[in-house]
Amino acid sequence: MSFLQRIENADRRWVFLLMGLAVAVPIIYIGLTGKTLPEKATPLAESAFEVLDDLPSGSRILLAWDFDPASEGELGPMATSFIRQCSQKGHRMYFIALWPVGAQMIRSTTTKVIGGYYPDLEYGRDWVDLGFKAGNEAVIKTIATDFRQMFPADARGTSVSAIPMMEGIASLADFDAIVNVSAGYPGSKEWVLYAATPLKKPLVVGCTGVQAPLMYPYVPNQVRGLLGAIKGAAEYESVVNGWVREDSIRKTLVAGGMAESEAASTATTLARDPDDAGAWSETAAAASLTPESKAAVIALAAAPTPGIFLEAQRRMGPQLVAHLLMIGLIVMGNLVFFASRRRGGGR
Amino acid sequence: MRRRLPATTTAVLALLVSGAALSPDAVAAPPPPDSVTAIDRPGDGGGVAEVSWTPAPGDALIVGWQVWRTETDSETGSRDAAERASALAAAESQAYDEAYARLVQVEGIAPEDAAVQARAEARDAVRAIARDPDALETTELGPHGRHWVLVDTVDPEVTSIEVGKLDAADRYSFMVYALEDGPNGGVERSTPSAISAEVAPVAAPVDLRRLPLLVILAVLCGAVLFFILQARSGRTLKIRKIAGLAAVDEAVGRATEMGRPILFVPGIQDMDDLQTVAGITVLGRVAKTAAEYDARIEVPTSRSLVMSAAREAVHASYLSAGRSDSYNPDLIYYVTDEQFGYTAYASGLIVREKPAACFYMGCFFAESLILAETGNSVGAIQIAGTAMPSQLPFFVAACDYTLIGEEFFAASAYLSGQPDQLGSLKGQDIGKILVGITLIIGCLAATVAALTGSSGLEEAVMWFKNSVLSA
Amino acid sequence: MKRTVPLIITATVGVVLIVSNFIPAFRAWGEEATTFFSIIAAIAFVLGGGSLLKVHLRKISDRNAGWGYSIVVLGTFFATLAVGLLKIGVTPNPAFPDMPWAGDVQARGTAFWWAYEYTFKPLTSTMFAMLAFYIASAAFRAFRAKNLEAMLLLGTAFIILLGRTFAGYWLTSWIPIDGPFSGLRIEELSVYIMQVFNTAGNRAIIIGIALGIASTSLKILMGLDRSYLGGGN
Repeated sequence: MSFLQRIENADRRWVFLLMGLAVAVPIIYIGLTGKTLPEKATPLAESAFEVLDDLPSGSRILLAWDFDPASEGELGPMATSFIRQCSQKGHRMYFIALWPVGAQMIRSTTTKVIGGYYPDLEYGRDWVDLGFKAGNEAVIKTIATDFRQMFPADARGTSVSAIPMMEGIASLADFDAIVNVSAGYPGSKEWVLYAATPLKKPLVVGCTGVQAPLMYPYVPNQVRGLLGAIKGAAEYESVVNGWVREDSIRKTLVAGGMAESEAASTATTLARDPDDAGAWSETAAAASLTPESKAAVIALAAAPTPGIFLEAQRRMGPQLVAHLLMIGLIVMGNLVFFASRRRGGGR
Repeated sequence: MRRRLPATTTAVLALLVSGAALSPDAVAAPPPPDSVTAIDRPGDGGGVAEVSWTPAPGDALIVGWQVWRTETDSETGSRDAAERASALAAAESQAYDEAYARLVQVEGIAPEDAAVQARAEARDAVRAIARDPDALETTELGPHGRHWVLVDTVDPEVTSIEVGKLDAADRYSFMVYALEDGPNGGVERSTPSAISAEVAPVAAPVDLRRLPLLVILAVLCGAVLFFILQARSGRTLKIRKIAGLAAVDEAVGRATEMGRPILFVPGIQDMDDLQTVAGITVLGRVAKTAAEYDARIEVPTSRSLVMSAAREAVHASYLSAGRSDSYNPDLIYYVTDEQFGYTAYASGLIVREKPAACFYMGCFFAESLILAETGNSVGAIQIAGTAMPSQLPFFVAACDYTLIGEEFFAASAYLSGQPDQLGSLKGQDIGKILVGITLIIGCLAATVAALTGSSGLEEAVMWFKNSVLSA
Repeated sequence: MKRTVPLIITATVGVVLIVSNFIPAFRAWGEEATTFFSIIAAIAFVLGGGSLLKVHLRKISDRNAGWGYSIVVLGTFFATLAVGLLKIGVTPNPAFPDMPWAGDVQARGTAFWWAYEYTFKPLTSTMFAMLAFYIASAAFRAFRAKNLEAMLLLGTAFIILLGRTFAGYWLTSWIPIDGPFSGLRIEELSVYIMQVFNTAGNRAIIIGIALGIASTSLKILMGLDRSYLGGGN
């Protein structure tokens, strides 16, 4: 039996084993070394970032987490990055879920990001967890005109009238933007049809790879930013990480007494080349800052990005090898096909 | 067309205006606009008012207008409640901190006990404040003795706007401020204009703005009805062969020959999804063939209502095949609503029972490939049908036949062969031709408008987009 | 009678939903109709639960193949129900310390949370992750360059597969990003394919589906298609 014939008759479990290795080996390698592949953001990821970045601080952002643990591997990293951008920017975040387990997703992502990295954000003033509401798209249709009918209390049972940041929220129209992370139905399509289109609200969508092709027709009019699967998440994550570093440095410089415009340009330079921070602290531009401020800036520039904000970029490694394996399998499958056709036994 | 100032400009304006309002030096404020009127927008679904005003004569320095509306009673109530709750929460927190500090530092009580006692004291303090109506401050009234809500800030050329997001059951009044460049580089706000008459943004008996949608609906339904009538009058209608449906007999026959069961999966959505309804239709036909061949058909469902509907459909099929004695309702059963729980069950069933034929007809998500590949691995003949575009590639790759989108919905007509049903398919084709023509005309018009810069054509395209397509 | 009543209900609710779109006074009726479905679906869950118990209890009593799994199903079903209903392991809400049931059943540390975190979450993640294996085996078996169309499809698949990874960026990173040929970079090409070709194809399918849905709905409303009620005529 020739090699190709053997391949043709091979048990599919060999394919499973190869795929298992293609995913496991990079995961272990990245876990041990901490190295990630560089990311270059596409315009879709950039516009997702810009929608939230262009809004003034304190804007009201509705974050709808319509996914479950099954898709958390694909969607969790973009959810954490969305919260990170909103928290850093100072937006007010309103979390809701149309999936029953979405409530747990809200809880785990907010605990990780807000609890871990933005503890100064106050519940009820800066963010609120309104929990899950049953009814699929009927919920969206109702809150488009009457928010409190569907969400009279938050996930902790507190009446929304006792939550300061709920003041002035009568309907979806009162939000400045909607962010939806979706793994299926109800999800991004329903948010486009019943919220973004009729209310003309900026909508940013993060969705699974299989859903992404269905969302492209809505870009850019109904969907302003689209993150498709882990690749989209990795691009967005890299943009947010860069910006957060830059913004933190800028804020420290301004707090240290530097003029806003100069602080902005310095922060951009230092965030791009953290190694220059030491040399910069000796320059005349840094002279006006106190030693503490300088030390804080150098520390911020060199500080490693926390692991939870690198999850998407880490997962791109296994994705690369798995995709290459897929290409290899397809090529191999075709070689087998053509060889067997030449022998006259084409399937 | 109305233009809005950019968000940042609006924010800056609000900031400067608030500063100007506080400033005691704000002299020679610009004159407010005259005759602010508000009317209910006619022929709409309610909730929108049209507000217009006249600029004061001879004032050329206007940089924008600020439109305000009165607060409704319910808004006032919820704002008051929110302010009150917030003040009470702050008072409780303060009382707790004070009591806790006193109990621990002065009275020397253990921190755990102090926390419980302090919480009780704080609650008592809050109750006392809550009972006293004058203990909490509320927001002061604005101009004209009312509470006001900012609606919009618009460009100086604009003298009328449509105000949406209103409650059709409430009444509103409006006022407008003129904004002018101030002497110190800031923006100054005029004194408030006179208050407009009250307007109730009620709904019209018929929402005329959705008329285009009604016309589209009428044309599409009209086409379907026309061809149904044509078919009834005896006109022969042809339908192309749908391989997936033609293969039903082959699949059921194979299962009978092999003595193995048939698995039918009606998707994972409920009966309110039309794909599930279409799936149940196909199930009726498959069950009838299975009854005739005396093959065993198993239907695990992921929704209770689907289970009931599937039982009805299969029972009716067995009856019409004259085999009602062979009908076993226990083979049509509920598994779980949970997507992957259901998938795990169905995959396990396929591996254990090794069905000779698998049908996947309905709404599917990520489980499509798991089910279809498992079915493929046991050598089953597989027929799928779904209107989920994202799952079609998986079914096409792993199944023998796939009903793609509209083919799936045509199954009912195809299988019944009734003239009425075939007529509806023909009507559907007319709808497709109309959509195609509209697409081509729209694309051409938009392209020509972009190339020639013709404002008439551009307006026509915009009108179509904003009225017909947004209806 | 068994067919007529459901047909009347279908037609009435359908007409109400259509009319509520155009006549604002009927809008509330439309919302009511949607709510009714949720109520009925919730009640029907009792039927589903009954069916689940019946099927698995019978399997256990008959010692059918795989009856051990049925014990697991029923055991976990009742355990989850008890954990949720009895609020096992729930700590009282700090605002109401004297009321043991005032706490949140899904809060960290409760038995419900534990079941969710350590059984439900890993199990569903595993099922979803299995897709990677099935996609690989399906690609190996089904993706054949049998004709020109299939070859075009294969080429597109390779571009998308590469474009979604760093390899795509790396392979064509020599093409200047600001130059006239930047559109040929694999990552740009993959976005272009998704946005233009994929969108065009998808729109065609979606329009067909939408018309199919409209036509089927009309047939159901008019009672022309009764197959879903278990009868052709």
